[in-house]
Amino acid sequence: MQTALPALVALAFCAAPLPLLMQRYGRGYAALASAMVMASCLALLAPLVMPVMDGTTLLTSFAWLPEWGLTLSLRLDGLGLMFSLLILGIGLLVTLYAYYYLHGHDKLGRFYTLLLLFMAAMLGVVLSENLLLLVVFWELTSLASFLLISYKQESYEARLAGRIALAVTGGGGLALFAGVMLLGHIAGSYELSVVLAAGEQIRVHALYEVMLILVLLGVFTKSAQFPFHFWLPQAMAAPTPVSAYLHSATMVKAGVFLLARLHPALAGSELWFWLVSGTGALTLVYAAYLAFYRYDFKGLLAYSTISHLGLITLLFGLDTPLSVVAAVFHIINHAIFKASLFMAAGIVDHECGTRDMRRVNGLFKFMPITATLAIVAAGSMAGVPLLNGFLSKEMFFAEAVGHPVFDEMSWLLPAFATLAGILAVAYSSRFIHDVFFNGDPVNLPRKPHEPPRWMRAPVEVLVAMCLLVGIFPQWSIAPILHAAAGAVLQQPLPEFHLAVWHGFNAPFMMSLVALAGGIALYAMRHRLYALYDRLPSIHASIVFERGYEYMVAAARSLVAWMDNGSLQRYLALFIAFVLALGGWSWWTASAAVLPVVTQAPDAASLIALGMLAVAATGVVRLHHHRLIAVVLTSVIGLIVALTFVRFSAPDLALTQLSVEVVTIVLLLLALYYLPPTSPAEDGMPRLVRDALLALAAGIGLGAAAYAMLTSPFDTLSGYYLAQSVPGGGGSNVVNVILVDFRGFDTLGEITVLAMVGLAAHVLLDQLVLKQPMRDVDGRAWASERHPLFLQMLMRPLLPLALMVSVYIFLRGHNLPGGGFVAGLVTGVALILQYLASGIGFASARLPQRLPLFLAAGLACASGVGVAAWAFGFPFLTTTHGHIALPLIGNIELASAMVFDLGVYLVVVSVVLMVLAELGKLSNNNSLAQQAPAVPLALRERGNGGEGTLAGATPFSGKAL
Amino acid sequence: MEAIVSIAIGLLTACGVFMMLRARTFPLILGLTLLSYAVNLFLFASGRLRMDAPPLIRDGASYTDPLPQALVLTAIVIGFGMTAYLVMLALRALGESCDDHVDAKEKP
Repeated sequence: MQTALPALVALAFCAAPLPLLMQRYGRGYAALASAMVMASCLALLAPLVMPVMDGTTLLTSFAWLPEWGLTLSLRLDGLGLMFSLLILGIGLLVTLYAYYYLHGHDKLGRFYTLLLLFMAAMLGVVLSENLLLLVVFWELTSLASFLLISYKQESYEARLAGRIALAVTGGGGLALFAGVMLLGHIAGSYELSVVLAAGEQIRVHALYEVMLILVLLGVFTKSAQFPFHFWLPQAMAAPTPVSAYLHSATMVKAGVFLLARLHPALAGSELWFWLVSGTGALTLVYAAYLAFYRYDFKGLLAYSTISHLGLITLLFGLDTPLSVVAAVFHIINHAIFKASLFMAAGIVDHECGTRDMRRVNGLFKFMPITATLAIVAAGSMAGVPLLNGFLSKEMFFAEAVGHPVFDEMSWLLPAFATLAGILAVAYSSRFIHDVFFNGDPVNLPRKPHEPPRWMRAPVEVLVAMCLLVGIFPQWSIAPILHAAAGAVLQQPLPEFHLAVWHGFNAPFMMSLVALAGGIALYAMRHRLYALYDRLPSIHASIVFERGYEYMVAAARSLVAWMDNGSLQRYLALFIAFVLALGGWSWWTASAAVLPVVTQAPDAASLIALGMLAVAATGVVRLHHHRLIAVVLTSVIGLIVALTFVRFSAPDLALTQLSVEVVTIVLLLLALYYLPPTSPAEDGMPRLVRDALLALAAGIGLGAAAYAMLTSPFDTLSGYYLAQSVPGGGGSNVVNVILVDFRGFDTLGEITVLAMVGLAAHVLLDQLVLKQPMRDVDGRAWASERHPLFLQMLMRPLLPLALMVSVYIFLRGHNLPGGGFVAGLVTGVALILQYLASGIGFASARLPQRLPLFLAAGLACASGVGVAAWAFGFPFLTTTHGHIALPLIGNIELASAMVFDLGVYLVVVSVVLMVLAELGKLSNNNSLAQQAPAVPLALRERGNGGEGTLAGATPFSGKAL
Repeated sequence: MEAIVSIAIGLLTACGVFMMLRARTFPLILGLTLLSYAVNLFLFASGRLRMDAPPLIRDGASYTDPLPQALVLTAIVIGFGMTAYLVMLALRALGESCDDHVDAKEKP
């Protein structure tokens, strides 16, 4: 028993693709698969029917995301059971019907799979115990409906209709989602059992109004209530089985289902009464009025569906126990007679090839059986006695007469109800008379006749039920109605008696008036049509479509403005946005803290600032002359390094200095290929814009820096300073932080560096660039490629530089230095060999497989981390100790040094890979120029070969 | 002293941003370099400006804040990596397109 509910929903979802798999054996198998799935679901449901009828509520629950209040919990009570039976029963009939309705060349797999998907989602909606879960299923039904409406994908009309339906119901679903979140917040749980019991608490909550409106938005969009009704007539573009199933019997009922489901929690307030009954009443009459004027009989049925949904909504809004019973009753009745009407209409459409009632006339003589069935169903829709529609309509009239709210204008509601009844009779008469009588068919594409035997069978079943319920209500429908209405009200049911004959009371009189009035209205239809044609017509769907197109156009122009392909604009927008954010928080910040003690400036600092100002403005002023700009940039780099020296950061100064050297070499190499000057191409507006942005950014960051520097200082570095020697085994705190305390950061960082090295290979390998033959002033390059003087000076320098780097590396743990600096120094020393002697000389003497060194470096660094695991410590835990060596004495060693070695290896390899790839460019170049037809493989081999092949290489041409 | 460093940071930021907004790759790289200097100095300044107090453990010494220094040290090296990457990207773009414009179209 406990597993039957989850099994039911799971089966429905899992088996949905079955028709798609079966269609290869023929369309009949696809239909059979669909029917089997529905029948199996019914079989699973069968054993649960009796307990639920007795008033039990079955609950099962599995945790999904319990911390968010989302559980996979399902609930089966009378209401859920009634809906499940409708969904599965009508589903089975629609499956049979669709097999005949859809074209013979349609393989049906997609259709039935979508139908099953919808059925599964709809079952999920009616069986959910958790409200969030319900919203998920709710959106799935919208999605399935969208796919089914636009089932005829080649038709523009179908795609448009699907889109409108999705926008309206999906949008309403979002509102419902928000409403449900509020509801869960108010009630303290998303479980229905809790929410339904918390009605009192919910109605007095401050957020009740907002929550109710959001939930009702979801309800009204789904159940096509005014002013969201327009998607439903559009949705008639769907194949008729879909209209019968989704858009009359089940999916559009999801909205009123939710009204029923949440009735104990939400109803009982003034707002509920006015909103729900007002919307329902307006929809009831307005849609009935529109239905009367349709020429398309399927459109007539669509508007009549909207009207009946309005009636159900109105009944829930009236909010008396008996009106709720009537609403539930009408849900069942409407599903039965409207599904049969749609199917009959589909048969007519199928046999005649058109749905225009100006042409489809007098079909009674062509298809008497179908006509009789349709007439009975339409009679039920009109509320003719002995049919099920009559009973719930009588209950509605009875409620209208007796409702307490309009005590002074007590005639108003009954009059209104009678008006609605008159209109319903009028459009039903029109459907019956126009289609089946009223002369002869006009110019039909084909000659109509009775449909295949089994295509009519579903209609017969449903019409039989109309009669059964209409004549023997107490015997046929009362048990399930009691169970369902009891589950809605969550309290003992009021006394009511289902019977055809209650005597000559007010409701019966109203029914008679409605019947007579409706027929009279239809009799003078020609005058009414003429009048209607003169009225201005507003189509909500056209308004919606205009709005939609306007929004698309606005979005497109916004995107075109922001995303015009100019990186300059993106960057400017980005900077402007950041400035706006910064400016906003500046503006809204509380009053400034008074400046604390500052240090007096001295002459040296002022001079440095002056030089920096000259160099920085020089870069901006002279950036068109790129070589000068690079030189000025290097000046700035040096001043920054000096700043680090000044303010007690020797490590930073060393790093900055060596990075500066490598960067400048890199920029000069790039400049060899890039144009030596920038054209003056920016117009004045752009220059002004950029200058303003730059000024704002500069002032912003400068002011932020000043604010920071003058505010009170507090640091968390005490720990690092205290633990550096005892914990990390080194007295250079910066280095210990890098390789020990925050080693994981450093590991990430050298990994990024390693990627730069690999990128060098990917980006520059086999790239061919044009080599300039002259420098910026038009002079030829120096005739001597590798000046002897430079060569002879650089070769002895290499071992010296390497020794310095070893020294810097070893002392790094205790004194300024370390892997980064040592790696950069080694890199610079090796680059000097390239510069002095050419790439051929240097490449031949250096390791060829730099990526291997890169990998070794990363392995060293992460190896230290992994090694800690072996001793049961967390990743990257280090150790240190003393080793006594003969002759040298006590040496303090830390495992972090191995990590630092990894850093060293990575830095050296990356510097060499980048610069060597840049240097090789000239080789690619000359080879390509000499022999453009050489295959790539050969060219690659040439890369590592002798540099003498090259003409002017950057290393030789541009002496630093 | 604080004012001087702040002015330097502001100046470098302004020049860097202006250069980054140019249309050619090389000024863009220079601009990014200038902005890196500014940001590094800013980060470094968060440990305040102290003279003669390097974070090297000695007897009886006082120390400046080592943590911003460690952060800036990695920032300098990452900045180098980024510059190198951009330079290579610029060269590649030059090879694939007509000129060194940042929005350069593909070679016809």
